[in-house]
Amino acid sequence: MTNNKKEVSPQAVVYVRLKEGVLDPQGVTIHKALQQMGYNEFISVRTGRFFELEVDSDSDNYDKRLDEVCSKLLANPVIESYRVEKL
Amino acid sequence: MKVGVVTFPGSNCDYDAYAAVQHVMGEDVEFLWHKSTDLLGCDLVILPGGFSYGDYLRGGAIARFSPIMEKVIAFGRSGGMVLGICNGFQILTECGLLPGALMRNSHLRFSCKHVYLKVEQTSNPYTQLCIKGEVLKIPIAHGEGNYYNFDNDIKKLEDAGQVVFRYCDVNGDVNSEANPNGSINNIAGISNKEGNILGMMPHPERVVEDILGSADGLKILESIRATIAVAKTVSN
Repeated sequence: MTNNKKEVSPQAVVYVRLKEGVLDPQGVTIHKALQQMGYNEFISVRTGRFFELEVDSDSDNYDKRLDEVCSKLLANPVIESYRVEKL
Repeated sequence: MKVGVVTFPGSNCDYDAYAAVQHVMGEDVEFLWHKSTDLLGCDLVILPGGFSYGDYLRGGAIARFSPIMEKVIAFGRSGGMVLGICNGFQILTECGLLPGALMRNSHLRFSCKHVYLKVEQTSNPYTQLCIKGEVLKIPIAHGEGNYYNFDNDIKKLEDAGQVVFRYCDVNGDVNSEANPNGSINNIAGISNKEGNILGMMPHPERVVEDILGSADGLKILESIRATIAVAKTVSN
């Protein structure tokens, strides 16, 4: 890294998951596998995914744009909800 | 009529649709590149099957932001005929032209086989030459075809007669054994309220000659041709 490069960019993590009530066949299948393996204390599994976003440090107020990114692209608001965590 | 078939990176049924329209029906057809912004005066736009943008993120999620889609969305909203097949159906739900979403098949496997569809609506431009309740034999080939929507919205779709096709058995009986992917109410295809936009998971363009195992896909394509012919007569 050269000195005139920005060293650390703010990071945001977006967690996307299926909304409550929407069947998650992958979670159900993983849960069945856990039961077969004897891990009976885990009574359900829900899957999801997360995205790590590196953000230009010149952008100090990108909350609104990040929200757009989540609702337009990263999540399908019909079936999924999302949560943003800024690091 | 003139048909436009959109080619996205990863489309793989675009040539099937092209061949069905040109060689079997003898009508004009053009490929519309995803980066283009010109629908070339087409009467019908087909969003074909395939794996646009590798199905990364979700099926259709990235394709909907292709430059051509802005024109397709405007065309559909102003009454133009748009047919989304398989991945094309996923793109139509992602861009909001059709309600709901297509999720992973409930059994998590890719399903590729002939299925039977019950025609639920014939007041639709895509099925006007079918008989209500008629059974069509048309193949599916998808891993994410499990139609989902919330109870209230399903009720709205059903009440408005927007469910055009349902998976059924060979006798036209709609039951869970005939449901290949877990779709709510065995839904295989829906239209918008106006009826000019149709999305369906099965592939009518693959069954347009008897040698292909069925020619039932032609009933949909012929319905489209008849609709467009009438529209042209009226506008002239």
